[in-house]
Amino acid sequence: MNPLDVVTAVLVLTGSFLALTAAIGVVRFPDTLTRMHAATKPQVLGLLLVLGGAAIRLRDHVDVGMIILTGLFTLITAPVVAHRVGQLAYREQSVSDNLLSIDEIRDETP
Amino acid sequence: MTTVWLLAGTMLVAAAIVTMFRLLAGPSTLDRLVATDTLVAVTTCGVGTWAAYSRDTTVTYSLAALALISFVGSVSIARFRVPDLDGAQDGAS
Repeated sequence: MNPLDVVTAVLVLTGSFLALTAAIGVVRFPDTLTRMHAATKPQVLGLLLVLGGAAIRLRDHVDVGMIILTGLFTLITAPVVAHRVGQLAYREQSVSDNLLSIDEIRDETP
Repeated sequence: MTTVWLLAGTMLVAAAIVTMFRLLAGPSTLDRLVATDTLVAVTTCGVGTWAAYSRDTTVTYSLAALALISFVGSVSIARFRVPDLDGAQDGAS
């Protein structure tokens, strides 16, 4: 077995496992902010790992650039969506206050 | 190597099914938006795994399309949706 195939297998398996943990987090976490956290961070890392595995496996083709472009798009757009969702969730008070250790928005706008 | 692809595919399908539970149940619109985002990301993972498995490069364009369209959809929902007042109290529990 090619050693690059082993690297691909490790990357794809880790990425799929992170996607599964993100999905479990989306179901199990108690409010919108924590669900957004689970859906953003492990999900993006898992997606990048799977895309890296695919890019290693398709290394001879020209279309690897499209995979790199997909990773860049995900890295750029995921914080924007997470920021919008977090701000809306805070504004509509669907955040349970006892889960927040620091609330800087409330401290700044009395 | 076949075991690796089977295991990855099984984990991705399980992730999609588990996410669909939150998509159906989840009390406010924002929870459903988060679940839809997760579902699209799992789909992108699946397409990437398929591209790695079959060495088929025709699906790589759909990866970029999925990434862009999910961003546009999520931002449009977050911008133009109507706040649901009843579900907001349920989301805190």
